[in-house]
Amino acid sequence: MTLVNWLLQGGQEILGILLAPLLMGWVGIWRAWLQNRQAPPLIQPYRQLFKLFHKEVVIAETASPLLRVTPYLLFGCMGLTASLIPMVITDLPLAGAVDVIALVGLLSLARVFLALAAMDVGTAFGSLGARREMLVSFLAEPALLMVFFTVASLNASTSLRFMVTGFAARGFYLYPSLAFAGVAFLMVLLAENGRIPVDNPETHLELTMIHEAMILEYSGRHLALIEWANALKLLIYFSLGFALFLPFGLTDSLQGWEILRALILFLLKLTVMGAGLAVLETISAKQRLFRVPEYLGTAFLLAVLAILLHYLLGS
Amino acid sequence: MSLRPLDLVGLILIGWGGLGLLGLVVPARWGRCLLFPLITGLSVLMAGAGLWALQGGAQTLVLPMGLPGMPFHLRLDVLSAFFLTLLGLAGSGISAYATGYFRHMAETRAGDFQRLILLYALFLASMGMVLVADDAYFFMVAWEGMALSSYFLVTTDHEIPAIREAGFLYLLMAHLGAIALLLCFGLLQSGAGGDYAFATLRHHSLTGFWSSMTFLLALIGFGAKAGLLPLHSWLPEAHPAAPSPVSALMSGIMLKMALYGLLRVLFDLLGQPLWWWGALLVGLGSLTALFGVLFAAVQSDIKRLLAWSSVENMGLILSGLGLTLLFHGAGQETVAALALAAVLYHALNHAFFKGLLFLGAGSVLHATTERNMAKLGGLIRVMPWVAGLSLIGILSLAGLPPFNGFVSEWLLLQAYLLRPDLPQPWLNMVLPLGAAVLALVGALAGFAMVKFYGIVFLGQARGLVLGEVHDIGLWERFGMGWMALGCVLLGLFPSSVILQLDTVTHALVGQGLGASAARHGWLWVTPVAASRASYSPLILFAVIMVSVGLTFLGVRRFFHGRWRRAPAWDCGYPFQTARMQDSADGFGQPIKQIFESFFGLSREIPSPFDPHPHYHSEVRDPLWALCYLPLVRGVARLVKVVGVLQQGRISNYLLFSFTTLLALLALVTGTRP
Repeated sequence: MTLVNWLLQGGQEILGILLAPLLMGWVGIWRAWLQNRQAPPLIQPYRQLFKLFHKEVVIAETASPLLRVTPYLLFGCMGLTASLIPMVITDLPLAGAVDVIALVGLLSLARVFLALAAMDVGTAFGSLGARREMLVSFLAEPALLMVFFTVASLNASTSLRFMVTGFAARGFYLYPSLAFAGVAFLMVLLAENGRIPVDNPETHLELTMIHEAMILEYSGRHLALIEWANALKLLIYFSLGFALFLPFGLTDSLQGWEILRALILFLLKLTVMGAGLAVLETISAKQRLFRVPEYLGTAFLLAVLAILLHYLLGS
Repeated sequence: MSLRPLDLVGLILIGWGGLGLLGLVVPARWGRCLLFPLITGLSVLMAGAGLWALQGGAQTLVLPMGLPGMPFHLRLDVLSAFFLTLLGLAGSGISAYATGYFRHMAETRAGDFQRLILLYALFLASMGMVLVADDAYFFMVAWEGMALSSYFLVTTDHEIPAIREAGFLYLLMAHLGAIALLLCFGLLQSGAGGDYAFATLRHHSLTGFWSSMTFLLALIGFGAKAGLLPLHSWLPEAHPAAPSPVSALMSGIMLKMALYGLLRVLFDLLGQPLWWWGALLVGLGSLTALFGVLFAAVQSDIKRLLAWSSVENMGLILSGLGLTLLFHGAGQETVAALALAAVLYHALNHAFFKGLLFLGAGSVLHATTERNMAKLGGLIRVMPWVAGLSLIGILSLAGLPPFNGFVSEWLLLQAYLLRPDLPQPWLNMVLPLGAAVLALVGALAGFAMVKFYGIVFLGQARGLVLGEVHDIGLWERFGMGWMALGCVLLGLFPSSVILQLDTVTHALVGQGLGASAARHGWLWVTPVAASRASYSPLILFAVIMVSVGLTFLGVRRFFHGRWRRAPAWDCGYPFQTARMQDSADGFGQPIKQIFESFFGLSREIPSPFDPHPHYHSEVRDPLWALCYLPLVRGVARLVKVVGVLQQGRISNYLLFSFTTLLALLALVTGTRP
């Protein structure tokens, strides 16, 4: 654990934080193109954040301090999570302190606070959003855990670093269990980030909204932090997916050119997959809310199948 | 003669009993201010004695009491010591809280309060006696003392019919369990020809069928106390009925006595386990956990919600115990030690967070006289202490890092994930399902806890006048603060705790975890190897704080300083009232909808044209109709048959005795050679 590692970990956090709105913008552009609309500029999310940071904060009269603490906590947790995932290098000093189970716990901590803050003001929409968010999460979180467990069993480790390097050490194999896990992970990614089959990030229609209902009472810099944290969450899920299923290019060494190559590959993956997400969203339809448990139940079962398959074929 | 830990424990038990008796004679006001703090002090001492005994070997003591030829045997080994520590640590927080909590009762119902002190102290003392008992006879005396004293505590408010019913159900189940335990000890003793002392039973091993029967009887006997499916039905009735500190004692500590009993019988008295015992326990435990958490998520009574969540946690603990048994039976002692450490750790954690939440619920109940969540809300503004401390409790219960609930669930998941290598190949494949259930249960617990906290403490008051509600006093703050501190410390310093658990796992499965778990220093937990899994809550906590702090400072740096308060926005709807928030039923509705076929659900939904709409929904336990009602009907039918004999005429009864006598005489003469 040298200073360089710490710097790289911190650098990765800053990279994630700076890159997240860009990813949102990129997905937004592709959505607009696919829908035959004129696309907003790539840096639109930054402009929006800039605008929000300079707006006045209006806090509901009935709000408790919890409402004001949550945006900072949310952003802090998301930023930390972003720094824990091997985006570019795998040898991160904090990797030993937080394994994948703790990572899921960290995401869950952020979510619980967001849901509690939504119920804090005591409006109809707030508690509605919190209820729906917890509904989505109680199926999505175990599915995500099971995906991790499949990969963890493959590499005999729950530490992200060894999960990633384990694949690299064995070269390229096709694992049937990973296919199931990959599909489950994609479904969870869509659900957890409020993407189309589950939620629509662009709507304020009370029949369908989940995430937006929770953050209705926020304004100004609080809202900016939450939007930013949300963008970070998308980036986090993308880089988790890359680390687990497309780990090529990740480096365990600290040589400059290898890091540069890994960084370029990471950006390339983001570019392709960001567009892919937009395509996926465009070709699928938003589901009714009570179809969501079926959708997530499928994801959970797929993930469980993946781990069962691993033990069936592996032993 | 120098003082041994066992002598100290004995003195504390006598002290508790003496304080209880003293409570009957001193005036209630003095009893509250003096005796409860003394009970608290003795509890702290008990925790110290337990920790002391954890370091050393077993000690024994024979008391010249009990039946002729069957004196009371006392023994303090590391297993007892661990549970005594739990009893002392959790008991002291709860007793300190009780000092303040019973103020109102001591002033208005002095007679009831004096009885309560006696029963409270006896309850604590009998739990301690269960833990040091070293023969079946003394064990059963202590066990029944525990059941009886808690029964009378549950029925403290016996004027309310529902509480009387709950108490009756509790007593019934406690006795069913006790019968199973008696038979279990009888089987253990069979052929040993001794005095029912555990020392004799330990050297006498059963085989085959009788060994399995003993296991099943122990499972029924202790499972009835632990709330194992399908013997759980008393738990969500009896725990909420008791005064809140007693609920905390029952959920936090008494349930762990069942775990202690199982550990004692399975690992100490009974011989080598068969593989299906563990499999059965894993299955039943996982089912219990899932069942409990689903019911917790749909409750609308604060204390019932917590009681169902206790069912869930006991399920997790017992599934972990099953896992230990499986690996222990297969000779995989490293994994067995890991699972056992997870079980013991979770038992300790549950005592703290469930105790804390029951105390919090008690404060809410005391301040508002309302247990129905549909009428509460917004309490964070008038009860900041209770709300703040309860927040730690729900985060721990939901299993979120860096609090304590997460550590034990993490350990248990690691035990599931360590590549199982059991002789039964199909078990190897099915075991990951246990991990899946564990993950699902954890997430559902998060749902239930957001519901609990969000509805009770956040939002706007639903029909309650908040101005009349007051926060808790100093003693209550101290009690709840103690429990909350326990949750935080147990979460932040896991490797130190695991090191303490080491002697227990060594004694039970012959292998410790401490050497490998703390290999990389006190900061890290590495159950097997650093490349396998590692976790450091303190570092995690520190970096969360740094990350959040930097965010705050960064935003502060560019802060323009303009903010104001305004009415809630709510998408621009101006006629917002408190009744438009989610009620407890509303929040649990998705769970009801998804698992509709699973619950025994009856709903009354108003038509849109109804001028006085009325919504009613009731969730019933399907197992009640499946397991209990047939039993009740069977008993009723039997009673009717027996009732034919009961004519109420003395001549008939004389005839019965005469025929019985004749039959007996015939039997005796017939069997004589």
